[in-house]
Amino acid sequence: MTFFFEVLIGGLLAGVMYSLVALGFVLIYKASGVFNFAQGAMVFFAALTFVGLQEKFGLPFWGAFVLALAAMVVLGILTERIVLRPLVNQPQITLFMATIGLSFFIEGLAQLIWGTNVRRLDIGIKDEPIAAVLERFDIAISSFDLIAALVAGVLVTVLAVFFQVTRVGRALRAVADDHQAALAVGIPLKQIWAIVWSVAGFVALVAGLMWGGAQRRAVCTDVRRAEGVARAHPRRFRIRARRHRRRPDHRRAGKARRGLSRPVHRRRHRRLVRLHDGVAVPVDSARRLVRRKTN
Amino acid sequence: MFYREAGQFKTTYAADQALFPIRQDRYAMLAILAIAFVGVPLFSSNYWLTALLIPFLVFSLASLGLNILTGYAGQLSLGTAAFMAVGAVAAYNFQLRIPGMPVLLSFLLGGMSAALVGILFGLPSLRIKGFYLAVATLAAQFFIPWLVTKVGWFSNYSASGVITAQPIVILGMAFDTPQKKYLLVLAIVAVLALLAKNLVRSRIGRAWMAVRDMDVAAEVIGIRILRTKLVAFAVSSFYCGVAGALYAFAYLGSVEPDGFNLDLSFRILFMVIVGGVGSILGSFLGAAFITLMPIMIEVLLTGASHTFNLNLGPGVTSMVQLLVFGGLIIFFLIVEPHGLARLWQITKEKLRLWPFPH
Repeated sequence: MTFFFEVLIGGLLAGVMYSLVALGFVLIYKASGVFNFAQGAMVFFAALTFVGLQEKFGLPFWGAFVLALAAMVVLGILTERIVLRPLVNQPQITLFMATIGLSFFIEGLAQLIWGTNVRRLDIGIKDEPIAAVLERFDIAISSFDLIAALVAGVLVTVLAVFFQVTRVGRALRAVADDHQAALAVGIPLKQIWAIVWSVAGFVALVAGLMWGGAQRRAVCTDVRRAEGVARAHPRRFRIRARRHRRRPDHRRAGKARRGLSRPVHRRRHRRLVRLHDGVAVPVDSARRLVRRKTN
Repeated sequence: MFYREAGQFKTTYAADQALFPIRQDRYAMLAILAIAFVGVPLFSSNYWLTALLIPFLVFSLASLGLNILTGYAGQLSLGTAAFMAVGAVAAYNFQLRIPGMPVLLSFLLGGMSAALVGILFGLPSLRIKGFYLAVATLAAQFFIPWLVTKVGWFSNYSASGVITAQPIVILGMAFDTPQKKYLLVLAIVAVLALLAKNLVRSRIGRAWMAVRDMDVAAEVIGIRILRTKLVAFAVSSFYCGVAGALYAFAYLGSVEPDGFNLDLSFRILFMVIVGGVGSILGSFLGAAFITLMPIMIEVLLTGASHTFNLNLGPGVTSMVQLLVFGGLIIFFLIVEPHGLARLWQITKEKLRLWPFPH
């Protein structure tokens, strides 16, 4: 029975490690509808940058962390600029392929900058069974896995709150629902994508540290394996608002709109607010747009 | 000026329905075939044949198969390499178990086995679409190599699971030199490509495209979705299976099941996307691009490091390959999301007038 619990808990904790990588997939999928194949490569890049900074410049943990985070943000913004912006309105498969290309690119770039050597990544958490639990229940639970699970839990909570409550989070959900409609209500698509890729970069950095720490090195193959599992996840995290668009009364509303009964700005304003009642698209930004149009 | 159809009148229905209705295309095709069948084996070295041209042809066939499924029928698949594995292993086993089995027939049967497996893994396509279907075909990708490794019978109980393809002998003639192997592969690929070209404009092909463009509408006008999708899976897997058999018999000689991994599937998907989704020509262009580009980069880099006396480490070349490869994929997607085939089409449009303004 102890063995059963040991395997059960160990397995659950290992699963949480995967969820760290999966989180990055979900973030980008949720906010832009892009299935980001390059997430694994981003994890790899983040971990390698962190280790490289520590080794080459002898930076302390937080210094390397901040700089690696900055590197990830730059990477995210560049991705938005160079890859995603020209591909707006392309079919999903094209964007998916672009991220595959991106994953090759990032992998090559990371190794070109930091070399191909296998490196030690030590983030100062011991990978040992917790003594108290081992004594009392005779179950070996790695303290590292436990901390990794805690980190994952905190990240998930923070991101969930971010998506539910904050203004940017709402804008992200609106973008996921419909690019064009979001643009029309005044959500700056470009900024939003830069933000979400940066946040995904942050998640990738944390995931990279945890994975690399667990393996004691930052190697491509481990991350690659994570991709396989994470690939299946995004469906669960899709937001519910999508269905609202297909409701028949909206179709009727569309027909009425075409009748040109109301002034232009009025029509647009009403439509978009109703269209997104599921996601509570900021009405004020819609108003702002209307004002800009009429001025 | 160079691509003008002016003055070419079609007087019969047959002429109107020709595969290449424009004369320039016909002659160009004949010229390409003549070069491929006569010129290339005469003038190219063994290295070119074994390392470049045979894999190029094999991958063209595989991406043709995937293009039928993804480009024409609109079903995304990541199991291409698995279907290739089925073809290779089946052809090997038909050769092994049945004495006096003709090689070509075993290729054919290998392809058919792959088609059966393809139908099996195509069943989920009735319910799921897009990425979720890709994940379902991913199951084939992981299951089949595992099965082949696990069940010793498939590889004739070889210790490492590696299958060593039998020598190719057709009607008492041994296809042992690179030239002969190349010609055999070329002939098979040419016939199958012709078949595919005709297939996609037949009733079946049009049904595929209807399903791809809007499945509900296709169903309404009387296309049986179930059958159409499964036929697409079967034909696609058949092509992949034959490609797999050629991969084992004509290209590598001996293959391990793990060689047919996800990376290979992705490579073939790249070929389809870079070449052009929903285009026969695109499969060939994509395969050429993806097969030849890494070698080109390497040649260029080595040349550059010699001329400029750079001291590039051994790893740098492969890193730069990754970089350029990824960069080019993104570049092509941005410049032309419909692939090289579309670029060629645009070029042809331009050539109608060029160099004259009107």
